[in-house]
Amino acid sequence: MSALVTLDNVSVTYGRHVALQDVSGSFEPGSLTAVAGPNGAGKSTLLKVIAGAIKPSQGRVSVCKTCMRRTAYLPQINAIQRDFPITVMQAVCTGFWPDTRSFGAITSAMRDRARAALAAVGLAGFEKRQIGGLSGGQFQRMLFARVIVQDARVILLDEPFTAVDAATTAKLIQIVLDWHREGRTIVCVLHDLLLIRKYFPESFVLSGNCLGSGHTHELFEQKLLSFDLDMAELLEPEGTPPPVHEHDCGHDHA
Amino acid sequence: MTMLDTLADPFIQYAFMKRALAACVVLSLGGAPLGVFMMLRRMTLVGDAMSHAILPGVAAAFLVAGLSVWPMTLGGLAAGLGAALIAVALTRYTHIKEDAAFTLLFLLSLAGGVTLVSLKASSVDLLHLLFGNILAIDRDSLILITGASCLSLFALAVLYRRLVIECFDPVFMESTSRKAGWTRFVFFGLLMVNLVAAFQALGTLLALGLMILPAIAARFWTRNIDTLMPLSVLVAAASSVTGLLLSYYVKMPSGPAIVMTAGIFGVISALTGRYGSVAAYRLRRC
Repeated sequence: MSALVTLDNVSVTYGRHVALQDVSGSFEPGSLTAVAGPNGAGKSTLLKVIAGAIKPSQGRVSVCKTCMRRTAYLPQINAIQRDFPITVMQAVCTGFWPDTRSFGAITSAMRDRARAALAAVGLAGFEKRQIGGLSGGQFQRMLFARVIVQDARVILLDEPFTAVDAATTAKLIQIVLDWHREGRTIVCVLHDLLLIRKYFPESFVLSGNCLGSGHTHELFEQKLLSFDLDMAELLEPEGTPPPVHEHDCGHDHA
Repeated sequence: MTMLDTLADPFIQYAFMKRALAACVVLSLGGAPLGVFMMLRRMTLVGDAMSHAILPGVAAAFLVAGLSVWPMTLGGLAAGLGAALIAVALTRYTHIKEDAAFTLLFLLSLAGGVTLVSLKASSVDLLHLLFGNILAIDRDSLILITGASCLSLFALAVLYRRLVIECFDPVFMESTSRKAGWTRFVFFGLLMVNLVAAFQALGTLLALGLMILPAIAARFWTRNIDTLMPLSVLVAAASSVTGLLLSYYVKMPSGPAIVMTAGIFGVISALTGRYGSVAAYRLRRC
């Protein structure tokens, strides 16, 4: 099975700071992959590169052509202006941008889809609320509703369960699992190793460079993912050569 | 004399007041919606720095061609563009952040511009460049201001949805539009064109006043971006009329009177506005 997303020696630099270095790997159609690693490991950068929001300074990112316009990206909650003067309905309807562009109308069918998406995340009746009045959990659910209306084949989630209570996390996890069952390809940045082990069959471990990828249980066996391991220790100081690991993340996951 | 006569007479009797009013209202139409986007993008201080950055170009054109509209416009645009490119380069290739880079350029431009003007001009000319002279607006300046506003309104009509989404969630826009970056360039270009047009009326130091202050005032009265735009235009136009009347009856300098009125609207709104104001917070606590 050919990969939907392939990374080939991808490096990203912000000014002089190297965020990603020679990262290779691939994401198979229908896979559910957790991206793990310490703070500053380049996890969010990896998602932005796949989403096309950042161009790699070196290397190549290949996303299958039919998925290019059907990629949904859920950013970290702090990357969005929470007090922006729009309603919940307007925010969810931004998900139709790839279809409407500047002049296309938001049709009543689209509004119905948006309402259904809001109902699916437990926000029915919130349509006319200002987004500034939402709690952190409600805001995150609204962003999930936007991903739902995008109806994307590739879904990129950047720390979707941060600052969200346990009940909301359970609800959102269920939505992610439903997407997985529908055959969508999901790449999700996560810090919670419990969630990773329980729900994510594949993992991708980053620390500037790629430390390993593959089946989550194998990565736990190899101690690349471990509850005993302080993830902060993985991060090498800037300027030191990347650590050499036996596991090459460019392998075929099929 | 009725109240209406008092308000209308200056604009009926004097052609220079008519021209000043027309210039201000047209500036409000194009500039205030841009001000809303600047406020929402949290780039009001960057905009302020850019309005000062046009001064060296304007001053250089003044030295060559005197107080002539089109050379000063071209000079201002070139200086603003140059300053923006230098600021971007400083941010990208050194460790200083965007605000520091723009502050550096703002002070350098202001000092350089004033020095350039002082080489040849009188203090009256310097005051004209720094604070404008809206009562002396001529036909060419009015044409420039109208052109800039028409261009802004047209561009905003075309780009409105794109700008709103890009403002709300820039990464989403970049991930769904492979050429999202050009929106920022167009927005920045519109900002520069409006600053140079507003400079003709309000000078480099106050050019931003009719763009940003009405947007700030309007933000306290509405929570919807679709109403924020027309409301900011309304506040800008009201500030213009009130400021011009103040300058006529109280003998205040016209440009500062307009900007001061817009600022007072902002302060009153911050105290009494419906959303996010001091009064709104107190009501919520009661």
